[in-house]
Amino acid sequence: MSTHGAYYIPHKAVWPVLATAGLMLMLAGFANHLNGSAIGSGMMLTGFVAFLVMLGLWFALQSTESESGMYNHGVGISYRMGMMWFIFSEVMFFAVFFGALWYARNISIPHLGEGGMLSGPGRSTHDVLWPAFQAVWPTNGPGNVGGEFEPMGAFGLPFINTLLLLSSGVTCTWAHHGLLAKNRDQLIKGLLATVGLGFLFVAFQATEYYEAYHEMGLTLGSGIYGSTFFMLTGFHGFHVCVGAIILSVVLFRSWKGHFTPENHFAFEAAAWYWHFVDVVWLGLFIFVYIM
Amino acid sequence: MSAVVAEHDDHHDHHDHGPEKGILRWIITTNHKDIGTLYLVFALIMFFVGGTMALIIRSELFEPGLQFVDPNFFNSMTTMHALVMVFGAVMPAFVGLANWMIPMMIGAPDMALPRMNNMSFWMLVAGVLLLASTLFMEGGAPAAGWTLYPPLVLQTGKAFPFAIFSVHMLGISSIMGAINVIATIFNMRAPGMTLMKMPLFVWTWLITAFLLIAIMPVFAGAVTMLLTDRFFDTSFFDAAGGGDPVLYQHIFWFFGHPEVYVMILPTFGVASTIIPVFARKPLFGYASMVYATGAIAFLSFIVWAHHMFTVGLPVAGELYFMYATMLIAIPTGVKVFNWTATMWKGSMTFETPMLFSIAFVVLFTMGGFTGLMMSVAPSDFQYHDTYFIVAHFHYTLVPASIFILMAAGYYWLPKWTGNMYNEKIGQLHFWLSAISVNILFFPQHFLGLAGMPRRIPDYAIQFADWNMVSSIGAFIYGFSQLLFVYIVIDTIRGGTGKVTAEVWEDAGKHSLEWTVPSPAPYHTFTTPPEIIPTEHF
Ligand code: HEM
Ligand SMILES: [Cu+2]
Repeated sequence: MSTHGAYYIPHKAVWPVLATAGLMLMLAGFANHLNGSAIGSGMMLTGFVAFLVMLGLWFALQSTESESGMYNHGVGISYRMGMMWFIFSEVMFFAVFFGALWYARNISIPHLGEGGMLSGPGRSTHDVLWPAFQAVWPTNGPGNVGGEFEPMGAFGLPFINTLLLLSSGVTCTWAHHGLLAKNRDQLIKGLLATVGLGFLFVAFQATEYYEAYHEMGLTLGSGIYGSTFFMLTGFHGFHVCVGAIILSVVLFRSWKGHFTPENHFAFEAAAWYWHFVDVVWLGLFIFVYIM
Repeated sequence: MSAVVAEHDDHHDHHDHGPEKGILRWIITTNHKDIGTLYLVFALIMFFVGGTMALIIRSELFEPGLQFVDPNFFNSMTTMHALVMVFGAVMPAFVGLANWMIPMMIGAPDMALPRMNNMSFWMLVAGVLLLASTLFMEGGAPAAGWTLYPPLVLQTGKAFPFAIFSVHMLGISSIMGAINVIATIFNMRAPGMTLMKMPLFVWTWLITAFLLIAIMPVFAGAVTMLLTDRFFDTSFFDAAGGGDPVLYQHIFWFFGHPEVYVMILPTFGVASTIIPVFARKPLFGYASMVYATGAIAFLSFIVWAHHMFTVGLPVAGELYFMYATMLIAIPTGVKVFNWTATMWKGSMTFETPMLFSIAFVVLFTMGGFTGLMMSVAPSDFQYHDTYFIVAHFHYTLVPASIFILMAAGYYWLPKWTGNMYNEKIGQLHFWLSAISVNILFFPQHFLGLAGMPRRIPDYAIQFADWNMVSSIGAFIYGFSQLLFVYIVIDTIRGGTGKVTAEVWEDAGKHSLEWTVPSPAPYHTFTTPPEIIPTEHF
């Protein structure tokens, strides 16, 4: 496995540092906004736009270089490894929130409720502070934080969303087969379907959130149930959006005639990302909605 | 290491560009050596920023009573000192070494993803800037300790969201850096450079990179929950809503324990690289070093609650985490024995890098032993949150990680600059550091065993003597580090003269970087070197 010889080493790049500056401006703006400063939201927006534009220009450069054949097989391997490990880091990020859900259901709630699973200080919290609290799930805690709420059922919109996302995984793979078979029509149709299903998913999730907030009393502030429910599904929804945007770019590039059966890293990366988002949803559907 | 270079083709084709001119060179560079230099210089500056904070702490603790700073600022100093040293100095310094050395050690033309490499450096700078900006905010910099435990940390003033976002940016930086290291090592090795021929520095960094990718997102998740608990009404760490502050501690230490290994594994790697050269013997037990590194990394994920023995874990948990923690002493012991065996009957010479490395072996072992003491759960009820643990982790970090970073500086400066450093002043730097570091930290064991709590600006009178000794050590240690700055600048300007490509006797048999000219050209190994196995190295 020699990747030497023609390994492409870029000599300078302005986009990474500018994108970083944009991101920093955005986060500093967000922090100011959270602190109640009036300039915060403006800073945040400017930074966000700058970040996106710089990333966009960076990726455009990558795409031009790729199309002009500057990347050999070795470069492609580096990119694939990069994407793989990036997805692994995302897995770990979601794992924290799944872990928090597990911990709340199996440790902190039983501790706070009667006859905790484990002996220890949880018992005295129960005895001294909230002797009436019973360990049940879903719960907003012994303090009834956020007021009464109705938990989200699994077999309404969430079930439809599961079907949507699973089919989008299928259409994505179908598009990949089209790409490999040089069937441009299948590639573009498959991608269109995938992106469409992705955005439909987001729309349904928005509806679900709207109902939660306005009809069920379920908010981010509904104790530990609301916290884990919205943070898990919210981060996932955000990833669906990002994935759908990446796929749209790939769709645009396919439409312009980029990608060959040998050289289509961007497509693969987007597809991997999409399948990852898919799998996370399955986890969510089981652990957040059903169980 | 069992590889030497048969021949090295030094030809540069017309694609080769030199560096840009002026300041822009450093801002938009994608060259692994430039980026390595940026990381190293940044880390050195942060070392002095963090060091200044430490001296503020030690000034306040020189005598009992409140002298110089108010208690909240004192707590900001302990918090910021740790964050700056961990995320601004030690980690970036090792990333700098990785950037400089890994491509040269495996015969690669550069890092695998050079543009992302540039971005990870600037993310680091941005993260540290956000963190530093909190020093000037209403309510002061974060003061709840570097572990950022809720509910205390939620009382931070305006600094709070800035500190959180700083952690996010530092996390992104580390993840990108780690991805780059992995892709480089797996994809860019010269033909013939099999995994088991790689210098141990490369191996330890490979494993460190896995750790980083696994843990930085975990830390990011933890601080995200802090952010939403404070600003968006969530209840992750609030018992009234069904959450639990102890959950934060679990998540933090799931990150935090592997994190300390992120700082020590590359340290092990550099030590394993330097000691054989000055003992003039191949590294003893190369394969066992690799496996021990892997074992330590694996174990680091299953021992986190040894930081939480006193929070009220169930007895089964205490026992499990106690025994699991003790297991770490086994692969760590393997390493210490291997270093010792490498030196055994070697024809040793004691240049500055070797002096620092030997001191590392001895003093790190001390830190390991106190770690072992604290791993005994019932004993840790006594040690926890006292100066004993401060002594423990400073022994594992200062005379270990920092000493080895200094050793690395002396060892590779001639390769980087083409000039020899001043050996006399180097040795003076070593002896001052080695003696003062013990004056500084050894008495802290006594203070801790006698019950002095950590993170307090004032203390009972019976702790006065050893605190004074410790503070004196701190000032000697701190100021002697200025010698290093002097030596670095002096070496860049010519030092004591030009060096050969190999610099250290027979170093070329150990590792590829000694086969390219000194100073290392802007581009190295644009055509891969040929690597043939030999019997001894
Ligand atoms: C033989 C290996 C080691 C063992 C058995 C060990 C064990 C421990 C234990 C049990 C604690 C918790 C003490 C307490 O809070 O009561 C601790 C704290 C700590 N250790 Fe180690 N340790 C080892 C090596 C290391 C290394 C190599 C490093 C860093 C390079 C390190 C850095 C730390 C730090 C920073 C803390 C304090 C964290 C804090 O509370 O702020 N340890 N260690
Ligand atoms: Cu630990």
